[in-house]
Amino acid sequence: MGKQINVSLIGNPNTGKTSVFNQLTGLNQQVGNYPGITVEKKSGVCKLPRGLKAHILDLPGTYSLNASSLDENVVIELLLNKNDRDFPDVAVVISDVENLKRNLLLFTQIKDLEIPTILVINMADRMVRKGISLDIGILEAKLNTKIALVSARKNTGIEELKEMILNYRQISTEPCLHASIMDPEYFGRLRKAFPNQSLYKLWLVITQDVNFGNVNRHSLDNGNSFHTKSNSDLKRLQQKETILRYQFINGLLKEGLKVDLKSATDLRIRLDRILTHRVWGYVIFFMVLLLIFQAIYNWSSYPMDFIDSTFASLSEWTKNMMPAGPFTNLISEGIIPGLGGIVIFIPQIAFLFFFISLLEESGYMSRVVFLMDRIMRRFGLSGKSVVPLVSGTACAIPAVMAARNIENWKERLITILVVPFTTCSARLPVYLIIIALVIPDESFLGFNLQGLTLMLLYLLGFGTALVSAWILNKILKIKSKSYFVIEMPNYKLPMVKNVAINVVEKTKSFVLGAGKIILAISIILWVLASYGPGDSFNNAEEIVTSTYNAEADLDSDLEEEIASYKLEHSYIGILGRGIEPAVTPLGYDWKIGIAIVSSFAAREVFVGTLATIYSVGSDEQETIKNRMAAEVNPILGGPLFTFASGISLLLFYAFAMQCMSTLAIVKKETNSWKWPILQLVIMSAFAYVVALIAFQLLK
Amino acid sequence: MKLTVAHLQRGQRGIIKEFIVDKIPLKLLEMGCLPGNLVELVQTAPFRDPMYLNINGSHLAIRKETALLIEIELI
Repeated sequence: MGKQINVSLIGNPNTGKTSVFNQLTGLNQQVGNYPGITVEKKSGVCKLPRGLKAHILDLPGTYSLNASSLDENVVIELLLNKNDRDFPDVAVVISDVENLKRNLLLFTQIKDLEIPTILVINMADRMVRKGISLDIGILEAKLNTKIALVSARKNTGIEELKEMILNYRQISTEPCLHASIMDPEYFGRLRKAFPNQSLYKLWLVITQDVNFGNVNRHSLDNGNSFHTKSNSDLKRLQQKETILRYQFINGLLKEGLKVDLKSATDLRIRLDRILTHRVWGYVIFFMVLLLIFQAIYNWSSYPMDFIDSTFASLSEWTKNMMPAGPFTNLISEGIIPGLGGIVIFIPQIAFLFFFISLLEESGYMSRVVFLMDRIMRRFGLSGKSVVPLVSGTACAIPAVMAARNIENWKERLITILVVPFTTCSARLPVYLIIIALVIPDESFLGFNLQGLTLMLLYLLGFGTALVSAWILNKILKIKSKSYFVIEMPNYKLPMVKNVAINVVEKTKSFVLGAGKIILAISIILWVLASYGPGDSFNNAEEIVTSTYNAEADLDSDLEEEIASYKLEHSYIGILGRGIEPAVTPLGYDWKIGIAIVSSFAAREVFVGTLATIYSVGSDEQETIKNRMAAEVNPILGGPLFTFASGISLLLFYAFAMQCMSTLAIVKKETNSWKWPILQLVIMSAFAYVVALIAFQLLK
Repeated sequence: MKLTVAHLQRGQRGIIKEFIVDKIPLKLLEMGCLPGNLVELVQTAPFRDPMYLNINGSHLAIRKETALLIEIELI
């Protein structure tokens, strides 16, 4: 058994690094987190020729080894720590043939670390169209490396790359440019003070607070009469380093790269003229959003109806096929309806992630950032807040993490605080079922009314996020240096494989993550609803039978009466009665009250909870929606889910902070309990007040 | 008046002059915004902010406040 070769994929953002990763590993990949921090860690296994295997790590995209964010810091910490389990035997730097100059900056830095490094020049299929020709021989010689010309899109060059990874020992570890030439005197002193360390590693440690081995910045300050420089001197040296590296790269590319501008046709210019236009750009962005929401609503209704009826008959089937008893009831009334409450939303979540990854893959997302920056800044946010706010429509957890790209701390904090207002996919189940109950399925000006309502709810989420950002911007007194640089990548046709992997990955983590909580809560709820204290629960049948008057209750049979009496006197019924005074003014009954309380674990529990509570009281094969439509308001009479109570419920879910996982991630990202607690209290109180006003005005 | 990137008209090009490095974010330099390099204004958002530039072949957008720090010579 041979040792696995550790490979790290490193590269600038937008170079197709993840496409190369997907081609190398196929579906053999795992997504996790780096220990202690929430940066996503993607790794996979790649089969090499001659039966060997490589362990491939897809490191976060970075422009250089001078980290300015947590994600970028992951790259440096790994490369500086030889003892790390993932420390690469060989580094693979991915570059884009059209941005070679900028991409090579990172390459020359990695090469300075004396790790065997392969250069991948990706998107080679675009060379002809762009009139680019390369002299690989010259480039390989000057960079002391092996170069793989790859097109991840056309799947060419991947086998050659695997061959190079296999033979990584033949690759020179000699740097192509010694950073020490930027200040020979300074580096000379450094060499004397630390004779056994690589100079460039020392330099990286001095300029950023990364620990490795026993050497850190602190010990450098006191060490061996060695005096480091002031911060502004160090910054000047970093700039000098950058300039020197670019000089080297410019000289290199003069020989190794030819661009024939005559044969170059630029799609980017023509597309950008429209897509970033000061009027049409916004019109198009709005149309794109409209299209996405209509599509989510219309396309997914077919698989959803199918799942809904499948689970209903599955539950019925289990009940009939298995011997009657508490265990059968647990499965047919607790677990199956609970699971159905989550599986049903897979189609919509998958569609949403499908569109988000299309926007990101195509390069359009950067244009949105560009268009929105000025507007967002008025609210104390940054154009980069658009990405967290838009991915917040999937889930607030990755969205809060996505705020890391914002360099300015105040803008970043405000973004984190307001992101939970955006309509996450966990709210979607609640919205969909309530909308289906209280909004008529009719057309208005060619648009489906239910679809329009959903879009309004999304806009309401964004609107509230913006207004609260504006208020926070006025209140928070934080001084921080602001700058904003964003790359505008080339437009690309999204790759099917990347989009598919992303959709599968995200949907899976949503279902598995939420699924556990939902299953647990379903079981707890079933137990609470099926058992109760004292005589009124245990003797329910006798009590109801004795008071049952067949003539007065023509339209309800004895069985149903008993069931609902039992539910009322079960543990959950007692609990629900307890909170009923608080939720009645909002137009809810105690069952909804229970569903809301359990939603504080995670919002999507709402539908599953109602499904569990209702199915306990019903023997018939009914879908959740029909069951809800039949509910009667215990106080006002008439249907429970009216326009007024429906809107009140929608608004409550739009504003309340009902997600433990989001609170946990906010704590992690802001490093303080203060912010998540503020979010929980203020958002939930606001939600209660708004829902109260809405119901009282509309009823 | 000093001429900076913020003064460019759409499609106009300039050469970046020496600048006071302390004020400009390192990331911008790393993306190719260095003295002697060519800069072209590709597009602006409303109110000319942010500005979409082509610097030395790199396409990027920066805010006007940063653009005001980068002195240029028109060509």
